[in-house]
Amino acid sequence: MSSIPAIAVISSTDRRSRADARHDAWFRRLLKVCALLVLAALLGAALSTLWGGREVLFGQGLHFLTSADWNPVTDTYGALAPIFGTLVTSLIALVLAVPLSFGIALFLTEIAPTWLRGPVATAIELLASIPSIIYGMWGLFVFVPFMARVEPGLSATLGRIPLLGKLFEGPPIGLGLLTAGIVLAVMILPFISSVMREVFQTVPNRLKESSYALGSTTWEVVWDIVLPYTRSAVIGGIFLGLGRALGETMAVTFVLGNAYNITSSLLMPGTSISSSIANEFNEAVGTHRSALIALGFLLFVVTFVVLLISRLMLRRLAKREGA
Amino acid sequence: MAVDVYVRRRAINVAAMLLSGLAAAVGLVFLIWILWITVKNGLSALDLKLFTRITAYADEGGLANAIVGSLVMDMLALAICAPIGVLAGTFLAEYANRTKLGAVIRFLNDILLSAPSIVLGLFVYVIVVLPMSNLTHGAVSFSGLAGAIALALIGLPVIVRTTDEMLQLVPGTLREAALSLGIPQWKLTTQVLMRAAISGIVTGVLLALARLAGETAPLLFTAFGNNFMVANPLDKMASIPVAIYQYTNDPNPALHAIAWAGALLITLFVLLLSLCARWYLHRHRVTHD
Amino acid sequence: MTTMNRNKLRLLALATTLALGIGAAHATDITGAGSSFVYPVISKWSAAYAEKTGNRVNYQSIGSGGGIAQIKAGTVDFGASDMPLDEATLDKFGLGQFPDVIGGIVPAYNIAGIAPGKLVLDGQVLAKIFLGQITNWSDPAIAALNPDIALPSAKITVVHRSDGSGTSFNVTNYLSKVSADWKSKVGEGTAVKWPVGIGGKGNEGVSAYVKQIPNSIGYVEYAYAVQNKLGYARMKNAAGKVVSPETASFQAAAATADWSHAKNFNLLMTNAPGTDAWPITATSWVIMYKQPKNVANSKVAFDFFRYAYDDGKAAATALDYVPLPASLVTQIEGYWKTEFKQ
Repeated sequence: MSSIPAIAVISSTDRRSRADARHDAWFRRLLKVCALLVLAALLGAALSTLWGGREVLFGQGLHFLTSADWNPVTDTYGALAPIFGTLVTSLIALVLAVPLSFGIALFLTEIAPTWLRGPVATAIELLASIPSIIYGMWGLFVFVPFMARVEPGLSATLGRIPLLGKLFEGPPIGLGLLTAGIVLAVMILPFISSVMREVFQTVPNRLKESSYALGSTTWEVVWDIVLPYTRSAVIGGIFLGLGRALGETMAVTFVLGNAYNITSSLLMPGTSISSSIANEFNEAVGTHRSALIALGFLLFVVTFVVLLISRLMLRRLAKREGA
Repeated sequence: MAVDVYVRRRAINVAAMLLSGLAAAVGLVFLIWILWITVKNGLSALDLKLFTRITAYADEGGLANAIVGSLVMDMLALAICAPIGVLAGTFLAEYANRTKLGAVIRFLNDILLSAPSIVLGLFVYVIVVLPMSNLTHGAVSFSGLAGAIALALIGLPVIVRTTDEMLQLVPGTLREAALSLGIPQWKLTTQVLMRAAISGIVTGVLLALARLAGETAPLLFTAFGNNFMVANPLDKMASIPVAIYQYTNDPNPALHAIAWAGALLITLFVLLLSLCARWYLHRHRVTHD
Repeated sequence: MTTMNRNKLRLLALATTLALGIGAAHATDITGAGSSFVYPVISKWSAAYAEKTGNRVNYQSIGSGGGIAQIKAGTVDFGASDMPLDEATLDKFGLGQFPDVIGGIVPAYNIAGIAPGKLVLDGQVLAKIFLGQITNWSDPAIAALNPDIALPSAKITVVHRSDGSGTSFNVTNYLSKVSADWKSKVGEGTAVKWPVGIGGKGNEGVSAYVKQIPNSIGYVEYAYAVQNKLGYARMKNAAGKVVSPETASFQAAAATADWSHAKNFNLLMTNAPGTDAWPITATSWVIMYKQPKNVANSKVAFDFFRYAYDDGKAAATALDYVPLPASLVTQIEGYWKTEFKQ
């Protein structure tokens, strides 16, 4: 080292640092391109479905959303039945999954002994890892026959209640909106409950302890302190689950019945946006194909909005925490 | 009166606690129910023929070509999404942590994470299958490659997110120490930070694999299906999830049995991966606390 | 090793996989898709043909509607459909079509205590069931046709196809012929707007639902009903005779067909006039490009079907399909020569 003239050292480090700067710039560019790919994938999915569905979306406009007439013979396509099926099954899923998730989160953060919390939480979250096709199989082979045995009971009891009873009329075949909704509920349970559990844990201990010190019961602490504190994030978690439920395909397509129906009874078969696409896309040409891609676009936009709400709500809590 | 209120409060509390325990039990019941059915039906159908015979519309069908197809497509998908995802996650954590662009991409990545997979399948059909078919005059249309690209879109956001999160966990002192030695940013990132976060990044890749290996919907319009053994990703390709879908749709109980065996394989694979990833992550977090 | 190097390695691995894959391509692999009506027999033919020649015919049962769509899109080498395309469509896309096999479609039911072949239906009653006008098995219209059977008082669950289907086309075509009500309210097509019922994907899906759901009725290709031990109805045909679905009655219907005057083999056999004819007998067609993008694949496809017409007869008969008569095969081979670039 000492034998090298000082000037050479300077120029070589200089060259090296210039090379480093160049490499840095390239590296940065490479990373940026990769990150932009994420953006491109999402925009691409939105734009390509918008483009593919343009004939129906712009040709029919609102009529596409409000018409229930899905008739390949006359080549007219109204999306109301699949939209109806998607919304109803997702709603059933939420109605069932939200209280259950809340219970699970409560159990895991306040009630269960500490040694039990980890394993139970992991087990519940494993529900999220089971591939949706397995839910579909289990749904068709196990849960549908189970529901076929339960449904006559539902019709005989709940079906007798005026007004509400309308929801439980129909042939007890096990397939239908209710069954699909329940399968979806099981699928989204882990998503909602893990968000709830995580945000419940963020509630400062001093808040809870102050309340306990005033003589509150566990339930009162959760209902009056924990829930209000985490409200926005809980709503965010619920919307996250809703986003999942809306887009699910394989789990519902076997148990939904694939019929373009709009009925008042939850025991009747229906269809959903995603299962219509799965069933018909490979055979669709012309307007039919355009209508299915338009359905895909619709699904994309709706889930986008739902997930957007979810993120904003979740961020609200994160911000407060940071402050 | 006061006693009444007290009793009521106690009663509500006990009821709430019981109900919450019940909720947890319901969740566990469904998990055990699904797993038990899968294991029971899957085990009784699991035999060597599954791995030596190809899918067929007959009692003597197997899954050999579907297993190979799934392996090829899953590995290809990982080869596509792992480097892109790791680099994109690095960009978010190291270069765009507090920028608008970073916030936007992070948000869109979260959306992609929950986007309906069937729509991603439609997207790949439009941007890969149709153009390929036009370019090659129909010689290549539906293909394992298209399937892999669709799966990569499922895995990508998982990797981006975990890489981003894991790099953020790396203490800033490490960066400062390295930078003060005059190490260029790219070397710092690839040789110091990524090494520090490697276990987290591996977790992300495992989770991504677990996520994409079970996907069916994006493959329907991209890989299509094949009743023969092919390893060429430019061919139409079978996969375990799609084979399960087709067999489940069939009335033949012999095919149902094969579907259950496939379901067992894929469920075990996916659950083991997620458990491994969880365990890995846990260990990692502990060391950083 | 740095991540960068690892990425390069991965890319390299990707490239080699692709290259190896191309190199290892088989003798000739061709792909067909469409009709689930013919799937059982094509599946058998394909396995035997691969054994004999090494050429592999990958057939995906995605429904006739799917077969038509995919051949139009040029993503498969041949499409299979139980609905013939009209001349205008064929000309527009440069497609040709020819029959591969004839078979029967049967109403399939799942009623406890009523064995296969016991129930008798006619076109009118079938139309009313599928229109949702007859909703109970004990309906007098069904009882009148089945004086000797104790029909249960149970709600009927109708099972139809959820995908575009040539089987649906033949059934709806038949119902349109026998019921004016059906013709005006629903009409015919590979996919129609079903007034009632649940949808199963493919003949497979319909069979599965009928098998699983008590008191259901659907319609499937005969082989599906037999293989899955579903109940299937006898039908009163156009001549007013009650016939069973079997090779003889399918053949009787096929015998009424005058193929020599049917341009592009566009001929339907529903509601055939013969006294012993099965009323919902259907042909399945193969649809291919006359100027194929890939001539080699097209050649293999012709070779495959030539094999099916000769060596495949036994397999077809074993599955209760009717192999094409020799005169028709000669006519088809002539059609290949004049219409297709080989």
